[in-house]
Amino acid sequence: MPDRPAIWNFLLGRLSLSSLPLDNTIVVWTFVAVALGGAAVVGAITYHRQWGYLWNEWFTSVDHKKLGVMYMVLATVMLFRGFADAMLMRSQQAIAFGSNLGYLPPHHYDQIFTAHGAIMIFFVAMAYIAGFMNFVMPLQIGARDVAFPFLNNFSFWLTVAGVVLFMASLFIGDFSHAGWLGMPPVSELRQSPGPGVDYYIWGLQLSGLGTLLTGINFVVTVIKMRAPGMTLMKMPMFTWTTLCTSGLIVVTFPILTATLFLLSLDRYIGTHFFTNGFGGNVMMYVNLIWVWGHPEVYILILPMFGLYSEIVATFSSKRLFGYSSMVYATASIMLLSYLVWLHHFFTMGSGADVNSFFALTTMMISIPTGVKIFNWLFTMYRGRVRFTVPMLWTMGFLFTFTIGGMTGVMLAVAPADFLLHNSLFLVAHFHNVIIGGVVFGVFAGINYWFPKAFGFRLDEFWGKLSFWFWQIGFWVAFGPLYVLGLMGVTRRLSHFTDPSLQIWFIVAAFGAFLILLGILSFVMQIVVSIRRRDELAVGNDPWGGRTLEWSTSSPPPPYNFAFIPRVHERDAWTDMKKHGYQRPLEGFNAIHMPKNTAAGMLLAGLGTVFGFAMVWYIWWLAVLSFVALLAAAITHTFNYDRDGHLDAEEVARFEHTGNWAPKAQGTTA
Amino acid sequence: MLSGCDLVLLHPAGDVARQESDLMIASVILMSLIIVPVLIAIGVIAWRYRSTNKHADYDPEWDHSSKFELMVWAAPLLIIIVLGAMTWIGTHQLDPYRALTRTGAGQPLAATTQPLEVEVVSLDWKWLFFYPQYGIATVNQLAAPLDTPIHFKLTSTETMNAFFVPSLSGMIYSMPGMQTVLNAVINKPGDFDGFSSNYSGEGFTDMRFRFLGMSQRDFSRWVAKVRASGGNLDTRTFNQLNQPSRAEPVHYYARFDADLYHRILNRCVDPGQLCMDAMMTMGAHGDHAMRDGAAGDAMPSHPSMTAPARDAATH
Amino acid sequence: MNTTVVAPAHAEPRDFLCREEAHPHSGTLLGFWLYLMSDCFIFAALFACNAVLGTNVAGGPSARDVFDLPGLAVNTALLLFSSVTFGFAMLEMARRHKRAMLGWLAVSGMLAAAFVGLEIHEFATMIAEGAGPGRSAFLSSFFTLVGTHGLHVTVGIIWLIVLMVQMGKHGLTEANRRRLMCLSMFWHFLDLVWVGVFSYVYLVGVLR
Repeated sequence: MPDRPAIWNFLLGRLSLSSLPLDNTIVVWTFVAVALGGAAVVGAITYHRQWGYLWNEWFTSVDHKKLGVMYMVLATVMLFRGFADAMLMRSQQAIAFGSNLGYLPPHHYDQIFTAHGAIMIFFVAMAYIAGFMNFVMPLQIGARDVAFPFLNNFSFWLTVAGVVLFMASLFIGDFSHAGWLGMPPVSELRQSPGPGVDYYIWGLQLSGLGTLLTGINFVVTVIKMRAPGMTLMKMPMFTWTTLCTSGLIVVTFPILTATLFLLSLDRYIGTHFFTNGFGGNVMMYVNLIWVWGHPEVYILILPMFGLYSEIVATFSSKRLFGYSSMVYATASIMLLSYLVWLHHFFTMGSGADVNSFFALTTMMISIPTGVKIFNWLFTMYRGRVRFTVPMLWTMGFLFTFTIGGMTGVMLAVAPADFLLHNSLFLVAHFHNVIIGGVVFGVFAGINYWFPKAFGFRLDEFWGKLSFWFWQIGFWVAFGPLYVLGLMGVTRRLSHFTDPSLQIWFIVAAFGAFLILLGILSFVMQIVVSIRRRDELAVGNDPWGGRTLEWSTSSPPPPYNFAFIPRVHERDAWTDMKKHGYQRPLEGFNAIHMPKNTAAGMLLAGLGTVFGFAMVWYIWWLAVLSFVALLAAAITHTFNYDRDGHLDAEEVARFEHTGNWAPKAQGTTA
Repeated sequence: MLSGCDLVLLHPAGDVARQESDLMIASVILMSLIIVPVLIAIGVIAWRYRSTNKHADYDPEWDHSSKFELMVWAAPLLIIIVLGAMTWIGTHQLDPYRALTRTGAGQPLAATTQPLEVEVVSLDWKWLFFYPQYGIATVNQLAAPLDTPIHFKLTSTETMNAFFVPSLSGMIYSMPGMQTVLNAVINKPGDFDGFSSNYSGEGFTDMRFRFLGMSQRDFSRWVAKVRASGGNLDTRTFNQLNQPSRAEPVHYYARFDADLYHRILNRCVDPGQLCMDAMMTMGAHGDHAMRDGAAGDAMPSHPSMTAPARDAATH
Repeated sequence: MNTTVVAPAHAEPRDFLCREEAHPHSGTLLGFWLYLMSDCFIFAALFACNAVLGTNVAGGPSARDVFDLPGLAVNTALLLFSSVTFGFAMLEMARRHKRAMLGWLAVSGMLAAAFVGLEIHEFATMIAEGAGPGRSAFLSSFFTLVGTHGLHVTVGIIWLIVLMVQMGKHGLTEANRRRLMCLSMFWHFLDLVWVGVFSYVYLVGVLR
């Protein structure tokens, strides 16, 4: 507690003026930039009188499509943040040799790699995936919305709450320096007495709860709300992977919650779960966090596998090869992912039997994954492959991910891992699969479904430019890291003594710069496309799609489908097209719709206040916000009037908009 | 020493690391059998069936072929069976707890050979090495005679680290209150990099040491040099050393308190602290104690499932 | 592009739309069941900690020294009885007897409150004896596991009260009955977890 009158300590906890990192010029300038940027955005919204629109149409919306889009926007903003961290690290490592200590002291550098990892996983990859699952899955199963629309809104705002706490740590106090998994003993009070680890804990607890609720919501949605006729084995692949990922979320995120809860008990009330003395056991944390952490990487990649399956089939104008193989492969990956966690610490000194077991289970995962690669290959075989932007990203994925998979199996060979563990080889490997698998998938998916969400395609030129910058930039950035790993260089170093390594880090930094150009090209792609939106406008089915989302207008009406579709075969929309389906233009029914609500925002906002109060030991505020949270939640349950309806005339109006057939028709691929 | 592009992991100077490295290379070759054809096929098939190529067949309904599906499951399965067998054997042979049976290819170990005992402690942020057979201790410098098995026992004071000399052998964690074991041998003379390869906080970057592989004669000279330094590592000097520091220079100690390593391991360096192993005896739950890696090739127990470390050190 | 696609000659027409508005089944019970499964994993993690750390007494008191088994028997009986009375409440709900249902709910709530009260008393006694959660890893895991269960029961009691008010206000509507079904699952789930706590943490704890 700061040295000052007790009343201040009561009111502000350990928060004081010195918590503001005013001595750190990088942070101050970032703050100035963010403040100016934020002020500009707020000003623009106010000037154009868009607050009401944002509030009514977006923030309080329970529409899965709008929530999906908001997740995507959130993830993109956080991608910029996480990537800025990456650039800082790459430039530090490129210059910090010998007498040059670089510009980031360890205290700052350690926070940056922690923030980079945690943000990229939780608020970029997870948020993108939540966005895709939200937007696409209910459309694919022919549903009006998810099973629990309010909960869906609440989940989103909980994710935002986590983001707010993470971002606050940049300017108020500091962030954790314990790595993205917050490993003790570094994350225990002795080595991290400051608020950093507490920001990390509360940020992840809030967003983790949101993710868990999303998982439950989507499992129920897939199980209960599929259109009549859509049996499990007729579900689109992306829906299958959404189901598996959501199932994994339900069984793993509670473990993250529990583990962080135990760590917070150690930090707040002095228990001894992971401490060095008093019988605590650090390896307990390492085990628990990886029991969550390994399935987590499959939570990230499975939806992407589904997404690639849709894209390969669509742009090969052909049915997906080996659908049931794909389903079984997905399910077996889901199960196996729970049995491999120990491969993250073969070097703990477990017995050879234990290590062998986990090495073999890990290798077994490569079998269903290999099957998937083959199936995509055979889907293209005898097809008509169109190299659109989504397909290019998919091709990039196939090349990159296959190689990443191979280095992954190398790491699974336990004795080889004794050499490669924690090295830059490992860093290169997981970026190889996460960028090659998840990030490429994100861009493939954005290019693929953007027309569905907004009614116009994304510009091809900038899309291709972005793809090539990313693809080449990735290898230029991470190829050197593979080499450095084989040279025995470990990760998380902020300074080097051996000057012969420097050239590799400089090349890697150049690769990061290429990726930056890729990101900027993506931004340009969005900007250019918005300007050319009339030219690029599309109808409901710009790509010759195969699944139900392409049967409704672009963007879809709030209720998705005027009539719930009846499914007869896999690739339901292809089936409809084949049988000469005619869209009805009259005879609509009134449709039940859930009402918008501000409750999700309010609850998550109170949660944020609670988290902030806990971080800074402002106990009165913590108690107050917690009680308010409880009261608000209870009050919310007294609201029984949550449904409205859209009458038939309104439905008819939606069904006759230009979203079905735009006036200025663009060239459809 | 590292030169422009010295891929040390591909040609290390110690037999254990070399076997690990060989296994790594073998796994790459084995996987290439399937990866390379797949990479080529991706390009070839995508290009051949491009939409503008109207000569290629087009069969939009073709989505199943038992023959192909059998192949796509069988091919990776076969590779994994072979690789799995290699891994199983390699993991057992190269278990860091297992006493060495050879010092190099075709050089079996004589039954009479005494391994060099080294007790390693990771401090914040430097490395302390005890040589109980010689009664000396060093900081941030480790030496070993060529072709002699080295038997490391490792623990840590406060943070968790990994002991890693890429030229010598794979890494192993060092953890507070727990003991791990590593067996290795160095076959070529040299001055090699050693460091912590598990992030442990602010001074982690500088947590480096030199590992010297030297002939038996040079090693004897080195021991004599350390002995001549005259320093003494007792509780007081240890506590000074244990203060967090970065980029600590090399220290030599001619003597150390005989039970110091044992007290570090059991977290009772300061007088009046109850040692963890003593607490265990009081609780009479000794069956949870950790395996002493020197005992043979029984399976090591799982450190995470382990209560306080038992007195494994024999001074 | 529009949706009218020319049908191939050989394809026979199919009905692709549901012309009537269907009322999809509520997924609430399934969703709540999934939540309980996820909660199970939180308890699984806490049980795992207890299994690993349960003998790490760090020179402090062990399970044998601190557990009061007769008191525990009373506590267990209270919780199990509250499950039985909750079952009666559900039966009354099925018969649409609102008053009787509310009565049984009140009894269940009071039994659970007594359970929590006894648990708080047990905790206070232990802390006063110097066997608090900060004494050793064993006690940390004990307090956390048992305390987390107790916290769940407390939430259950609050929820019960809220639901009783809502039942009183709106009667046995479909929404209210669904909510009570969820609470009933929650209640029995906590009972089940307690059986685990009782037999593993206490009984096995004393034995090992």
